[in-house]
Amino acid sequence: MQTGHKKQTRQLLTRRAILASTAAVAVGSFLAPAAFATPEDADQAIRELFGDRPINEGRVTVTLPPIAENGNSVPVGVTVTSPMSEDDYVKQIVILSPRNPIATIARFQLGPHAGRADISTRVRMAGTQTLRVVAEMSDGTLWSGTGSTYVTLAACIIG
Amino acid sequence: MIRISAPDTATAGEIIELKAMIQHPMETGYRRDSKGETIPRNIIKQFRCTYDGNIIFEGEFFPGIAANPFLTFHARATRTAMIEFSWTDQHGERWSEERLLTVS
Repeated sequence: MQTGHKKQTRQLLTRRAILASTAAVAVGSFLAPAAFATPEDADQAIRELFGDRPINEGRVTVTLPPIAENGNSVPVGVTVTSPMSEDDYVKQIVILSPRNPIATIARFQLGPHAGRADISTRVRMAGTQTLRVVAEMSDGTLWSGTGSTYVTLAACIIG
Repeated sequence: MIRISAPDTATAGEIIELKAMIQHPMETGYRRDSKGETIPRNIIKQFRCTYDGNIIFEGEFFPGIAANPFLTFHARATRTAMIEFSWTDQHGERWSEERLLTVS
């Protein structure tokens, strides 16, 4: 009994040590080539796309799961309130991350032919974060919304 | 491999849902292989959907889009015409698929 218990403890410790060292290597290899973006990078990306035009809060709804087990593929939905008529429609939707290596995740161009400003895709998320979505309307106004998700396994780290 | 979900028929004025997926690794350029060498970036840069000669939806992708890019979007059915879905990668290679939408 005594020996069996000791053996089990040793095996557990070894397993723990292996897991810890693997995680350290994985994190290290990701950080080496590319540093994470910061919320300032997302602001910079917005400035490059839209200049210093004012951005209003609202009209944009971002749908994300509360918890994402795999940061490599997180479903995200964006709905913008708009009549989508010939003279009043959503021109562009941009999805931005404050934490991924590149702030801009995707840019979508829409028009009155879309009928409804309701899109969805799957994105990579390098950790728990709040995604920011900016929509540009046909009249030139900008609207934004945010969505958060808790990422248990970040993209890049698990490859 | 391309997978499209689009209705075959619609009534004029109806808003239809379109889904498009293409099999692609969307390699970010940030990962390393077993030898520690960076795996070069290999991503699809652009998606375009046209219907009856109009561009109804376009997307520009960055490495933040997951592997096997999947999109859902909408279109207003106007008349019987082809809906074309096309993808272009960073090297200019292009893949496309068409679906006929019959509008009554």
